[in-house]
Amino acid sequence: MMEKTNLHSKNQAFNLPAGTKWTGKWNKNPYKIIKKLGNGATGTVYLVETRSGQRAVKIGENKLSLTSEVNVLKAFSKVRGNVLGPSLLDVDDLVWKGEVYPFFCMEYLEGETLLEFSRKRGTEWVPVFMVQLLGDLDRLHQEGWVFGDLKPDNLIITGPPSRVRWFDVGGTTKQGRAIKEYTEFYDRGYWGLGDRKAEPSYDLFAAAMIFIETAYPRRFEKTSGTAGDRSLDLLKRYIVNSAPLLPYKKVLLQALKGQYPNAQIMKKDLMQTIEHHTSRQKSETPSSPNRSKAAARPIQKKKKPKEKPSYRTEIILTASFLFLSSVLYFMGQWM
Amino acid sequence: MSGGRIKQILLITDGCSNQGEDPSAIAAFAKEKGITVNVIGVLDQGSSRDHGLQEVENIAASGGGVSQLVYANQLSQTVQMVTKQAMTQTLHGVVHNELSQILGEQQEVDDLPPDKRGEIIEVVDELGETVHLEVLILVDTSASMKPKLPMVQEALTDLSISLNSRTGDNQFALFLFPGKRKETEKVLDWTPEMNSLTGIFHKLTAGGVTPTGPALKAALHHFEKHSSKRGLMYDGEDEPPFEESGF
Repeated sequence: MMEKTNLHSKNQAFNLPAGTKWTGKWNKNPYKIIKKLGNGATGTVYLVETRSGQRAVKIGENKLSLTSEVNVLKAFSKVRGNVLGPSLLDVDDLVWKGEVYPFFCMEYLEGETLLEFSRKRGTEWVPVFMVQLLGDLDRLHQEGWVFGDLKPDNLIITGPPSRVRWFDVGGTTKQGRAIKEYTEFYDRGYWGLGDRKAEPSYDLFAAAMIFIETAYPRRFEKTSGTAGDRSLDLLKRYIVNSAPLLPYKKVLLQALKGQYPNAQIMKKDLMQTIEHHTSRQKSETPSSPNRSKAAARPIQKKKKPKEKPSYRTEIILTASFLFLSSVLYFMGQWM
Repeated sequence: MSGGRIKQILLITDGCSNQGEDPSAIAAFAKEKGITVNVIGVLDQGSSRDHGLQEVENIAASGGGVSQLVYANQLSQTVQMVTKQAMTQTLHGVVHNELSQILGEQQEVDDLPPDKRGEIIEVVDELGETVHLEVLILVDTSASMKPKLPMVQEALTDLSISLNSRTGDNQFALFLFPGKRKETEKVLDWTPEMNSLTGIFHKLTAGGVTPTGPALKAALHHFEKHSSKRGLMYDGEDEPPFEESGF
């Protein structure tokens, strides 16, 4: 379904049936396939039975890219608490019909993808997941990495309690290098809005695109030749035309323009917007507590968009009053 | 790779050559000279994948490079991927050779335990980020390619974005074939960025012939000229006629 063309798919379409058993070449751990979970850019992921329970295994067709993914997971496991990716449990080779395929075993994350979840349960969860995601990204960035191929397919909602987690860290790149792997829609280079250097703002652009995508039933397309300001205008239109996105317009645009130097600041802005948005929704009828609340908060830059709705209600009230009175007037004339 | 440089020819075409030498033979010769030949076969929307583009695979195979068949709208993603993959392949070969010298002939990278393999890939990754890359792009501009040229242009700009996000230096050159008056036309000499492509493809009058072999030969020659210019001994030796500026 992706635009990603797998250069190796013709060599070995790897399709192991359920029940297939093997023992790792080096570490001699036994595995048994329960079912196939999916195809990634670099290999096939299966749910397997191991000595210690159900795990996920990724079998690679391409030794090179799987090895760099393992390197990333290994680096992650050295980070305190190991919160950055699925934990890596085993790295080995599978010998199958005389051919050797590299594989690794990791923790099995069970849940729905972000898009499945948001389309089923509504979009009000999305800003919360974005806050969680930005927190994780910030930690990743502080460790000197950039996720790279950030997209809804690589985000899974585990729980309850619902929590966004990422997997498929194959695109994770050391900061300062060129992004290893990306998907066009989430890539700022594709939109003509930046380069492909691994820096925090690269991930933040992708995060904003994911946020935008959740509000639409299908991924929209860029027409050939659209770049820079013109693609920014296009994206702005998609934000403004969607009720769940509109409150986050400022945060999203800032991320799309690459104006956030790190995930922490974007997270803070996002959280403030969520608070505003929800407190405003709650206090729609009594207008005074809303205002005092806003004044009590120390830094409030986004007051302006808040005034608008009250304006609008006033206009609507006046208009309907005028309309009603004219109707009554005409009725009187007529009778 | 020679002297810390990777040299590649990237051929973008949509059909078979019908004029001049066998392109596979030229590609094989390029490989011997340390220049990898990658080929992208552009398919017409709706046509099947085996539509007489066997030549694409053959050229890349002889040239030690990567080949890929794609529809025009997937060009951007493919062009950068093929280039990077071929680069990794070359580097892998280099590291592999170094290793066999250390470990002995029989040892292969894949025979190493996963731990050691990881360290080697680190080295390849590092080299891929920093190595100096020279890509000479050859674009087929025969009549059938004409509607696809805007997408070729976009893909090349995209390639420039990808490669210039690396730490290492890049040099690009762009040749079109058939040219206005001769088989091959140089439209862009070695330059670190390809953001000045606008208009290049507009001036073209697409011809009917596809001289892929001669175009590859011209590309090879241009590489040679480039390396001799870099050398201290360059003395402005005679250039063959087809090498002269194409403007």
